Amino acid sequence: MREQLPALIVIVPLLTALVTPLIAYLSAKLLRAVVTGAILVSNLSAMGALLRVLAEGPWHYRFGGWAPPWGIEYVIDPLSGGMAVLISFISLVVAVYSGPFLKEDTWLRKGIFYALYLLLTAGLLGMVVTGDAFNLYVFLEISSLAAYALIASGGEKATVAAFRYLLIGTVGASFYLLGVGYLYSVTGSLNMADLALRLQPLTESPAVMTAVLMLLVGMAIKMALFPLHGWLPDSYTYAPPPAAAFISGVMTKVSAYVLLRFFFFVFSAVSGPVPAALTVLGWAAAVGIIIGSVMAIAQSDFRRMLAYSSVAQIGYIVLGLAIGNMYGLIGAVLHILNHAVMKSCLFLVAGGVKWKTGEHTIEKYAALCRQMPLTMGAFLIAALSMVGLPPTAGFFSKWYLALGAIEAGMWPYIAVIVLSSLLNAVYFFRVIEHVYMKKAGPKPAEASGSGMELPAAMLLPIVLLGVGILVIGILNESIVTQILQYAIPGGGR
Amino acid sequence: MKELLSQYFIYWLILVLFMIGPFGMIYKKNLVKKLMAMNIMQVAVIIFFLVLGQKAGGTIPIEIHGLTGVEHYINPLPHALMLTAIVVSLSTTGVALALLLLIQRRFGTLEEDEMLRRMNQ
Amino acid sequence: MNRRFGTIVLGTAFRFLVPFIMVYGMYVLMHGEYSPGGGFQAGALFGIAVVLDRLVQGEEAMLSISGTKAVILAGIGTFIYGFIGVLTVLLNGNFLEYGVFPLDMIEGERHALGILGIEIGVTICVMATIIAIFDALTRREEW
Repeated sequence: MREQLPALIVIVPLLTALVTPLIAYLSAKLLRAVVTGAILVSNLSAMGALLRVLAEGPWHYRFGGWAPPWGIEYVIDPLSGGMAVLISFISLVVAVYSGPFLKEDTWLRKGIFYALYLLLTAGLLGMVVTGDAFNLYVFLEISSLAAYALIASGGEKATVAAFRYLLIGTVGASFYLLGVGYLYSVTGSLNMADLALRLQPLTESPAVMTAVLMLLVGMAIKMALFPLHGWLPDSYTYAPPPAAAFISGVMTKVSAYVLLRFFFFVFSAVSGPVPAALTVLGWAAAVGIIIGSVMAIAQSDFRRMLAYSSVAQIGYIVLGLAIGNMYGLIGAVLHILNHAVMKSCLFLVAGGVKWKTGEHTIEKYAALCRQMPLTMGAFLIAALSMVGLPPTAGFFSKWYLALGAIEAGMWPYIAVIVLSSLLNAVYFFRVIEHVYMKKAGPKPAEASGSGMELPAAMLLPIVLLGVGILVIGILNESIVTQILQYAIPGGGR
Repeated sequence: MKELLSQYFIYWLILVLFMIGPFGMIYKKNLVKKLMAMNIMQVAVIIFFLVLGQKAGGTIPIEIHGLTGVEHYINPLPHALMLTAIVVSLSTTGVALALLLLIQRRFGTLEEDEMLRRMNQ
Repeated sequence: MNRRFGTIVLGTAFRFLVPFIMVYGMYVLMHGEYSPGGGFQAGALFGIAVVLDRLVQGEEAMLSISGTKAVILAGIGTFIYGFIGVLTVLLNGNFLEYGVFPLDMIEGERHALGILGIEIGVTICVMATIIAIFDALTRREEW
């Protein structure tokens, strides 16, 4: 079984998703145990695979015993192993968190929710570990369909938002498939390592340029990069809280990972159409950061503010890709890790406040620090990290991005990073002021002496993620030197 | 110029289908018509892949006795890949129809402007 | 779609069509390695046969499968697929490596048997999905 770890990462959540409605019919406690157990097995497999890969080098796992390029293979190298550990960890935390939300639903709704959730996890994990371009399209569509259905379960406005997301997301996936088609037409192969070899003499052909363009547009749609982000605010605002936390934390980052994988590992990053594409991406990201932060200031709904903030933060990751040297890429990958933890924590806090008081506008958050001290403590850490204050994790990823921009001599990017940190401070400090310094409204406060502020299943993930932000910030140097340095192209082995 | 149109006619057809997709999604007001435009766009990508497998003078990839050599049969790999893509398109259409059912039951209409008006009341 | 929708022409024609479509679907499934065919197409054909029966005869169709049973069938079909994959892992091969089945055949025939098992699972799943979508679209308002 030690040899089968890469397959276990994806297969265990996928097969468990099939039996989940049956288990929900039998018993509810067994359902929670099975779902948490399946994601835990996947997480442990990912960690085991990552440890082995850090010691020995990339691991190629062949499905069906067929050698590539005829067969499909899974490739675990430090980048994909690290992403797999991150995705399964966030999935585990949010699965524990979602228990109290579903307690009074029927067995059918519980079973179907967890089945879709496990399918989404399996789809995202498959996207990061696969080494075949068409297999990536299949897992992209699996995860997207599960996400559409999960978002639509949040009410009536959520259904319209999910339909719009479906239309736009399928256009993005079609562009991706067209790009893979152009690559197949000039090389005859779909395996990523084989493509990297065969594309080396072909960097000037128009088909490769079209393929780069199609991949860029397709992944930019899925990632909500600046002009193509129209689907994101409504979807993140109206989705049910567990789904919003997981999808916002992970889905757009996996699309950014796909872009990183294709532009730096498959295509050559220094010649051909890729540097021009990266320049365009950099400008779109810079404008997106500013506009996302400005739109976030103008919102009065907490979740919609977080959604526009996500548009800005994905701009940081793409800015790191566009800078292109070692510090820029380290900053981008570190920001993927940081933002996943920070944004999930923030959406979990928003869900917790909605559970306790039923409110989601910022003015109604007044004086919540008395009712929910631990939750608002975690929110304070996450907000300071989004702004970028040391020693929280957000400061270090922006620091690496700024170092990379200075080394490459791209002064506009540094101005964008500094200006956007100020804008982030404006809207987050507004919420912190409401929470900590305003008096409570005329509505009588709930009986705050009655037990804990939130059920333990909801409080534990929030506190865990909040502490995790501090831990990642303090330990960031060892994370960079031991894992991330080998993950980026051209670094380490 | 004439051979640009005649030799590459299939690519012009694929381009026209690929353009009808986003045009329909933006211009049409009914949600079901937007869904159909999305389907047309996916079909354009599928036809593009199938065109890549054709060879001049090739026949279907079932073995005919006495006709060996790979240049006599077309490439079956794009066909197999596109089977999966067709099933993905079917699943997406299924999920979209389920969402449209919910919207129809809640708002009573499937025209976009009328639905937005009722939603924002 | 839930009442009888048939004139004498439709009511006689479908009695010839539905068994023919089902036999053709079984043929397409079994001949997936030798001729165009395989799991997805056979599943679509089986699904169309059931949907045609349901369209003409309404709710008291002979071949009707309700929506919840169709979803359960879809799960069973995909589970057959996954089960064969897990079986190969338990027999010390990679996932879906058909060569490790301990049967007394040549290597090519073991691969063919494994692929046939998988295609049966895919057929059941695709048929059940088409029936579930059709049922969800035509059911009366009884959530």
